[in-house]
Amino acid sequence: MKALKKLYLGLMLTFMYAPILILIIFSFNASKSRANWTGFTLNWYVELFRDPSILKALYNTITIALLSSFFATVLGTAAAVGIDALGGKAKRAVMAVTNIPVMNPDIVTGVSLMILFIFVFKFFPAMKLGYVTLLLSHIAFNTSYVILSVLPKLRHMDGNLYEAALDLGASPALGFFKVILPEIMPGVVTGAMLAFTMSIDDFVVSFFTTGSGVNNLSILIYSMARRGINPKINALSALMFIVVLTLLYLVNASDNSKVKINEE
Amino acid sequence: MLPYLLWALLFIIVPILLIIYYSLCVETDSGLVFSLQNYSRVFQPIYLRIMWRSVALAFMCTLFCLVMGYPVAYIMASKEYARKGFLLFLFLVPMWMNFLLRTYSWLTILERNGIINSVLSVFGLPNIDLLYNEEAVILGMIYNFLPFMILPIYTVLKKMDQSVIEAAQDLGADSRTVFLRVTVPLSMPGVISGVTMVFMPAVTTFIVSDLLGGAQFMLIGNLIEQQFLKIRDWNFGSAVSVILMTLIIASVAIFSMVDKDSEGGALF
Repeated sequence: MKALKKLYLGLMLTFMYAPILILIIFSFNASKSRANWTGFTLNWYVELFRDPSILKALYNTITIALLSSFFATVLGTAAAVGIDALGGKAKRAVMAVTNIPVMNPDIVTGVSLMILFIFVFKFFPAMKLGYVTLLLSHIAFNTSYVILSVLPKLRHMDGNLYEAALDLGASPALGFFKVILPEIMPGVVTGAMLAFTMSIDDFVVSFFTTGSGVNNLSILIYSMARRGINPKINALSALMFIVVLTLLYLVNASDNSKVKINEE
Repeated sequence: MLPYLLWALLFIIVPILLIIYYSLCVETDSGLVFSLQNYSRVFQPIYLRIMWRSVALAFMCTLFCLVMGYPVAYIMASKEYARKGFLLFLFLVPMWMNFLLRTYSWLTILERNGIINSVLSVFGLPNIDLLYNEEAVILGMIYNFLPFMILPIYTVLKKMDQSVIEAAQDLGADSRTVFLRVTVPLSMPGVISGVTMVFMPAVTTFIVSDLLGGAQFMLIGNLIEQQFLKIRDWNFGSAVSVILMTLIIASVAIFSMVDKDSEGGALF
């Protein structure tokens, strides 16, 4: 039975990792072929950093992920504090709206934002789809995720602490930064990280809200997929995969050490 | 608070109102006029077939994910694997690889001179067409969405009170009865979140069908993309989007009602 369980898990993990391994292996393939091994090379890794379209897309992906998760975290945290203070019907109504971007299919979010932007551009003909609309769309769907990760922390917080701070003469701003924010910090960090990964991984919303000439990695990969993906992209994804794994490992390791300290 | 309300109004409510507005209009020479024509078009057999196909494929994908994912969650949550947290981590890591690349990679495995066919020809077997059919699309969906099924079921199983199982055993139930009468019913909240989280993205995807099903392969997602970006009939595209949105939000609402008393089973 035990061997059977191991075998099953092994099979499932093979299923999950085979495509990824193949992708990484072929990033070292000497020829452009995706299926025939012709010899080892590191050439694609060198070429990667000489390809302006890939570098530009990488730059867009990372800056949009950083900026959108930053703005979404600020906006979402402030909104969560406000929503938490609301009661009854008003709270339920705001939450229903906040849940829409999470529940709505990506493709509907994408086309509805595209319609919004093009509708607004009718009044401002000088503007067009591009980096700014891409960034705004990412903030739009990320804010809800931040709110949803901060709210539970606020709910579990003792509201008297903040009032005590005010009674002791703290201004509301000081009270927020010295009392509320430290309490809800884990939720804020989770929200920011979630927003960052959602933004990096997004294709559908970006696809509809970007303009010609502004690509992120997902869109670049999509447009390449038809012609056959260049091994340079394999090389880039192998690198990104390693970076993400390292980051995840580091975050996990620091979390575990914190838990241990708390237990002691 | 006020900035967020304005933001939500502009970026959540107005876009949806706009899409509803467009869906209720048709383009004429004198501009947009009100019409229900877009909605009646959705019910033409050709579009009904596309919708039926999307639902059927998403259903198959969900079923396979459940059958494949439940045992994974069950084994990982069992006592002998309790201390191996990294296993769950291993199942989640692939999600951090770009979705398109993960799907694309199946192309290299399945295509005509891809890896499976290369292996077949080594053994002198004839090549087979594995790509550009419904099976390839379902496979791609399963591959991408399987972790969404494993995680919520695992979370629920892990939190389950072990003494309930021991009680059932003490009362003379054999392991099969314990599983069917205790474990399965108690894991239902996880199964429900898993099914929701697999079915929703599967029914709305257009990338998996586009890459693995070929350019002619149409699901609801492909239909919306085609209407907006290729044919540029925004009004009909909006009508399809409104219908898809209503379906999804209604089913999420129903599932969350069923699922009300479970906490933390979902991914987010």
